Amino acid sequence: MTTTAAIAGIGQTRYARDMGRTEVDLACEAIRNACTDAGLAVADIDGIVSYHIEQVAEVELMTTLGIPELRYMARTPSGGGGAASLVGLAALAVTSGTAACVVVFRARNRSKQASYGADPNQGGRPWAKGGTRLRDSRQWHHPFGVASPAQEMALIARRHMHVYGTRAEHFGMQAVAQRFHASRNPDAIMREPVTLDDWAASRPIAEPIRLFDCSLENDGATAVLVTSLERARDLPRPAIPVLAQVQYGAPIHMDLAGFFATTPAYGERGGGAVAAGRRLFGLAGVIPADVDVALIVEPFTMAVPLALEQYGFCAMGEGGPFIESGATRWPDGALPVNTHGGSNGEAFVHGVNHLPEAVRQLRGTAANQVAGAELAFVCGAISDPSGAVLLGVDR
Amino acid sequence: MTAIPIPDPTDDAEAFFWNALRDGELRIQQCAACHTYRHPPRPTCAQCGSDEFSWTRAAGTGEVWSYTIVHPPTLAGFADRVPYGAVVVRLDEGVFLVSNVVDCPVDELAVGTRVELAPTRVAAGPETGDDVVLPLFRRARPG
Repeated sequence: MTTTAAIAGIGQTRYARDMGRTEVDLACEAIRNACTDAGLAVADIDGIVSYHIEQVAEVELMTTLGIPELRYMARTPSGGGGAASLVGLAALAVTSGTAACVVVFRARNRSKQASYGADPNQGGRPWAKGGTRLRDSRQWHHPFGVASPAQEMALIARRHMHVYGTRAEHFGMQAVAQRFHASRNPDAIMREPVTLDDWAASRPIAEPIRLFDCSLENDGATAVLVTSLERARDLPRPAIPVLAQVQYGAPIHMDLAGFFATTPAYGERGGGAVAAGRRLFGLAGVIPADVDVALIVEPFTMAVPLALEQYGFCAMGEGGPFIESGATRWPDGALPVNTHGGSNGEAFVHGVNHLPEAVRQLRGTAANQVAGAELAFVCGAISDPSGAVLLGVDR
Repeated sequence: MTAIPIPDPTDDAEAFFWNALRDGELRIQQCAACHTYRHPPRPTCAQCGSDEFSWTRAAGTGEVWSYTIVHPPTLAGFADRVPYGAVVVRLDEGVFLVSNVVDCPVDELAVGTRVELAPTRVAAGPETGDDVVLPLFRRARPG
């Protein structure tokens, strides 16, 4: 639906490997920074939205930060699929009057050898901690040596390549574009640009996915504050209206049998994002060609062409050639994508770090500023239950 | 040698699926009302809503729907096999399985390759002595 909400503040920690800090510690820093950015007090927060996999509980933030009252708590399914939906849910709460100031956040301590790695979903690689006795959906993947998201996404990517002639190099070209963007972003972990030859020389992880296609394994936290447009207009920063939000249910990469069965033509006709995208643009009264900058959550770069196609930025099957044309590369591309460097360049915060970049673009303060950006598109990873938002400028 | 992870189902339907493989049979849930196949096992038919189903023995034939060639990092139990192929097979009954194609060099993996069931007993590892029969596949023999 359309909303009367706006993003008032953005905050993040440093993004780095092995920071040696707990996730609650990281979350609190990012949330405090978002409040400072917005010109609001932590005590103004009355709603919290996070991923269902988030390990930092609402009550823990309440007691640690000193939030006096929470009126709204919501979680959205899965991880990176819900990145845009976090803002969507916050905007709905504000629009309905349920809450006045909602913070959305993600905190990760997921370095390869994370110091806080005891719990299956905290620290290190969760997929590697599945154990040797499988009592859930892992029993359909793990006995065959398929466990990591890279391995699962590779199977989705390969099908797309087969149906449409997409090439692994198309994923590489997006990886190179994002690394270029990251090289100009002082907050990015990866500051060295790479070439397509470098990409081709990077080691294969799960073909067709190579190392440089992969999200980084790092620590950090990101937070965004959502309030009413009316209230945001009284704050020091320009209000960034949440024009429209959509969510959609979709099968997830962790159940590939269900993924391919529920959408047997997946990759041929597109996934759930096709209908959601039409709803999104219809609600906002704009078309994909109106979008100035896109933030597409991509655990692996193969997600970018699929999202471009499903959300209607190009025809089905044209995502690879769209990237090859340079369209997604700042500054000259028609639709710069992941101008902060994305998950393989800036940092991996399950895609939540894509939200502040959209805000910076619309404020005119991005490191790789798209000239005159007035309409930003943000979507979650397309291989999960997912969603998207359109963000604008206040006229 | 590190143990490979094996199913330890607590759910009756899941247990039936894995136990049937011990007899060399790939049994798939088929809706008794509308005859739609489904996998992994689920309590009701997504097509018509019926709870009634039978365990139909699949022909065991299908095609490679997609594949990947896996390099490190991977599960500890598979670390000594890299690079290895993993596939999604579409059975002729219309359901999908994650699997491996035995005796297929990774550079010969291809989407569309016809495959047939090759139930394969796999030891979980010396520390338990457990084993499992996996629904692996091999390339179909011509004719």
